[in-house]
Amino acid sequence: MSVDALPRNDVIVLHGRKVTPGIAEGEALVTHQTISGWGGINSMTGTVIETRHELRGVSFKDKILVYPGAKGSSGWSAAFHTTRLTKTAPKAMLFTVMTTKIALGAVVMRIPTMTDFDRDPLEVIETGDWVKVDADRGVVEITKKARA
Amino acid sequence: MVKLADDEKAMLDGQGGPAKQKAMELLVKYAEALNCDRFVATNNIAGVPGSSTLFLKDYYKDHNGGDYEAIFSLFDLDSDEVFPVPKVSAYSCHLQGGVDPNEWKTLGKTQEAFEHQMEDEAAVASHGIQIMKTCTPYLAGNVPVKGEHCAWMESSAVVFCNSVIGGRTNTEGRESTSAAMLTGRVPDWGLHRDEFRRGTHAIEVEVPIESMLDWGMLGYFTGYAVEENIPVISGVTYQPNLIRHKHFGAAAASSGGVELYHMIGITPEAPSRAVAFGGNQPVETIKYGQAERRKIYDMLNSNGTDDNVDFVMLGCPHASIEQIWEVANLLDGKHVGPNTKLWIFTSRSVKGMADTNGYTKAIRAAGGTILTDTCSAIGQAVPKGTKVVALDSAKQSHYLPAMMGIEAWFGTTQDCIDAAITGKWMGKLP
Repeated sequence: MSVDALPRNDVIVLHGRKVTPGIAEGEALVTHQTISGWGGINSMTGTVIETRHELRGVSFKDKILVYPGAKGSSGWSAAFHTTRLTKTAPKAMLFTVMTTKIALGAVVMRIPTMTDFDRDPLEVIETGDWVKVDADRGVVEITKKARA
Repeated sequence: MVKLADDEKAMLDGQGGPAKQKAMELLVKYAEALNCDRFVATNNIAGVPGSSTLFLKDYYKDHNGGDYEAIFSLFDLDSDEVFPVPKVSAYSCHLQGGVDPNEWKTLGKTQEAFEHQMEDEAAVASHGIQIMKTCTPYLAGNVPVKGEHCAWMESSAVVFCNSVIGGRTNTEGRESTSAAMLTGRVPDWGLHRDEFRRGTHAIEVEVPIESMLDWGMLGYFTGYAVEENIPVISGVTYQPNLIRHKHFGAAAASSGGVELYHMIGITPEAPSRAVAFGGNQPVETIKYGQAERRKIYDMLNSNGTDDNVDFVMLGCPHASIEQIWEVANLLDGKHVGPNTKLWIFTSRSVKGMADTNGYTKAIRAAGGTILTDTCSAIGQAVPKGTKVVALDSAKQSHYLPAMMGIEAWFGTTQDCIDAAITGKWMGKLP
């Protein structure tokens, strides 16, 4: 069965608040751990480098990054801002815990970002799901990845 | 929607010129992202305006060769065009950099990196920004007062400002501090407001906490325990002084994201447990006893296996004059070993005092070096060939081994000086 033939109820819809505007779609990368900017990612490659992080060595380039939010150094926004310049930034971000770090980071990364959802995106979305983010309308559509 | 006062609206409309307009645009987007409806005025800003890594300099080379105005416009204010950048309107300082202007060769920095930093610095100063070049602005002349609204970067300085002084700042970023320097505004969100400053978690200390080592370990534990929340610490029987708060806060901000802590009977917003929690019920009550203390010590030493130490780094956060005096005393009549290097990082301002008091000379005579502006983690600089470092800072222990791929021991300042002299790590949990 092709994806197009899947019944409509396989698409899960979340509603949330626009943090920064825009529309994007792509494959989800989900972590239940917060991410450090300075000292936690390599801005040249768009990968998580923090020792003991479950995404260590994984690239977030062009993904829909779904995570609780930011932690660590005040260099967070500058480290993620740099990923925009190196073209290794995520396509969009969905997060659950608001901080000044992630708010400012989302603005300077210039990618659609949302929070304050009606359901916990960390429960609903899994790595590999296809996610459409329409921050302007406050809507996220999730198509679960095909089961192997 | 953000409600703007008339002067804020005027800046957004461009009446203060294009740089202020762009700065207000950025701050409005930032406030909207936070779902914050107003700004607060600030006249105390600490950031890293216009400073450029070699990457940024190269990335923006087609814009005036990547000079201060280009980097301030394009990166700091997130603009698509370069415009004239006026002098700052609010009292502003530049935090730590990457290169000591005197000891850059010791740090292994290139002539290019040194010259580049000097150019940046001249541009920063000419725009009215104080060159403090430290993570401890409160030791270099910028001491806020209780209730003062600030816009600071540097997590260890933010937690000191909020907790020890009772100043009010969120952990700001580079772009928001640079925008605030031109406009004197930041979003009135988070720790600027009373309701965000109340304790959320209780930490009950059951062991005596006196030494700087113990304060650093308690801070490191607290950060893990509460993450980015607001701990209320009780059971402290020893009055901590400035360096103990400095090490406690820096550690808590590294292992977690602590921006404000309360210590009952000690910090300014915690005259009592009731006031510290402000009506909140603690989400969790966490004990710190002998077992936790042991575990934290072992965790901070989990990167050490080889007891041959080739590098000792002190001054994270930057050393106070009291700490430099202590190092000079510990080294008195002794000499750093032939296979060991001892570096102590501080601000230029504190080094000036060390020079005056003869400590710089005495430490140099004993084989150590006082450096300024940066540290091994920020400057990504250790002596060539370093395999094992000894540290008295939980924060530096958190960052340096992973960043530089070296082993690290954590202990008291005395343990570190002993290692510098003998080349051997002999530290034990006291």
